[in-house]
Amino acid sequence: MRMKYVLSEVLVGLWRNVTMTIAMIITLGVSLTMLGASGLIYTKVADMKELYFENIQVSVFLKTDISEEERAELGARLEADPLVSQVTYVNKEEAFQRFQEMFRDSPDLLSAVKADQLPESYRLNLVNPEEYKTISEQYASAAGVDQVVDQSQVLDKIFNLFTAGQNVALAAAVAMAVAALLLVANTIQVAAYSKRREVAVMKLVGASNWFIQAPFVLEAVVAGLIGSVLGLGALIALKKFLFDDALSALQGLFAPVSWGEVLLTFPLMAGIGGLISAVTAWVTLRFYLRV
Amino acid sequence: MIQLEQVTKTYPKASRPSLDNVSVSIDKGEFVFFIGPSGSGKSTIIKMLLHEVTPNKGRVVVNGKDVTSMRSWKRPHFRRSIGCVFQDFRLLPNRTAYENVAFALEVIGKTKAVARRVVPEVLELVGLGGKEHRYPHELSGGEQQRVAVARAFVNRPLILLADEPTGNLDPDTSIEIMRLLDRINRTGTTVVMVTHDSNIVNQMRRRVIEIESGRIVRDQARGVYG
Repeated sequence: MRMKYVLSEVLVGLWRNVTMTIAMIITLGVSLTMLGASGLIYTKVADMKELYFENIQVSVFLKTDISEEERAELGARLEADPLVSQVTYVNKEEAFQRFQEMFRDSPDLLSAVKADQLPESYRLNLVNPEEYKTISEQYASAAGVDQVVDQSQVLDKIFNLFTAGQNVALAAAVAMAVAALLLVANTIQVAAYSKRREVAVMKLVGASNWFIQAPFVLEAVVAGLIGSVLGLGALIALKKFLFDDALSALQGLFAPVSWGEVLLTFPLMAGIGGLISAVTAWVTLRFYLRV
Repeated sequence: MIQLEQVTKTYPKASRPSLDNVSVSIDKGEFVFFIGPSGSGKSTIIKMLLHEVTPNKGRVVVNGKDVTSMRSWKRPHFRRSIGCVFQDFRLLPNRTAYENVAFALEVIGKTKAVARRVVPEVLELVGLGGKEHRYPHELSGGEQQRVAVARAFVNRPLILLADEPTGNLDPDTSIEIMRLLDRINRTGTTVVMVTHDSNIVNQMRRRVIEIESGRIVRDQARGVYG
């Protein structure tokens, strides 16, 4: 009977002030969507780092006037280096072929560059791509080396872009969360006011504190959970219409977002949505009901 | 049953104490009137017995429990041994007489089956047999106060606190309510009543404690309003 009482009170409470309830649920939903999105970006950046770093190469470009001896000596040194897992030599013709392939859509650029203008190079795969700096320091001043270029520098810039996007989403999530929590606090105050007679009687006859608070706290939790369902719906729509359709051309660039990962954000959103709503309601009641 | 030992209570921002070094001892089964002008500190005593306010100095013991040092989470359980009646009845307007009394039982964890057995019994006791399913607005003031007494008594408390229970009632109805409180007192329940009503005090001839400016000025075993 007590469970039935609490649950019916929750429904009555949500329905009593239905416009406020809807506002509360929508703000919670938007906030949780932002949170879920930033969570997804976070895991994607981690995935992509792994993906890219596996294939990352350090290029050691050689001077045009390098001697045979210097080239052979450098090659041997690189082969022997414990930080390097694989060494590939790219001569001028190969470099030109690669260049042609890379810029086959820009004939102007292709015609401007001649085969012997591109430097020969050693392409290195590293045992640990993060140790690029050590390699760079060791070989930048070696005889015959023009410069050492690491692709991870370029990648870092891309990742910084993603991290910035994640931070924006997080900031939006926090701002919306503040608005949502104020709405939760307000809804709970209105609910507590409209039930002030019941609450006064309950306090008088010695109903336990949890029993007095439970309907209000559960009301907030239910709103938080509905908000997280909205958030899940929004993320599903984002993946379907933005990521899979509109941005499908860029799919080679991004690590793919699977349905499983989208669904996995739900426990995160539901947990955080439910928990912070409950805590807000409880704190509001502490101040407002003094129970 | 109830002991106040050198109790002093000064509310924040108040210039003088509401209760000033008050000591009272009330035995089990007594019927006690607290009288005195408004603002004399009578209601503060009721609030103290309910653990709604705690004294600045001194000790308050109710039912053998030291209320002064009681933690607030123990308050709900403590309140179940105390019944309370107020001037403004404090009934729930959207519930019938039966439901008002049953509500008090159900929110402290009693089952509906217990309520079905006990509530009609106590409504009969307060003289509301046959009016169980009326709403407060369908009852007279005296009848509403009877519902409130039934609610306060349904849990068979050891103490019944009444804060000006006849303040909103006409003299005849007031006397009926007093008869009811007297009947409850005869079951062994300690009754503490705060009142301005000199008629009632003079008719009942029970212990009278008069308070003025936070001090006890009179404590008479079979007193009159004076």
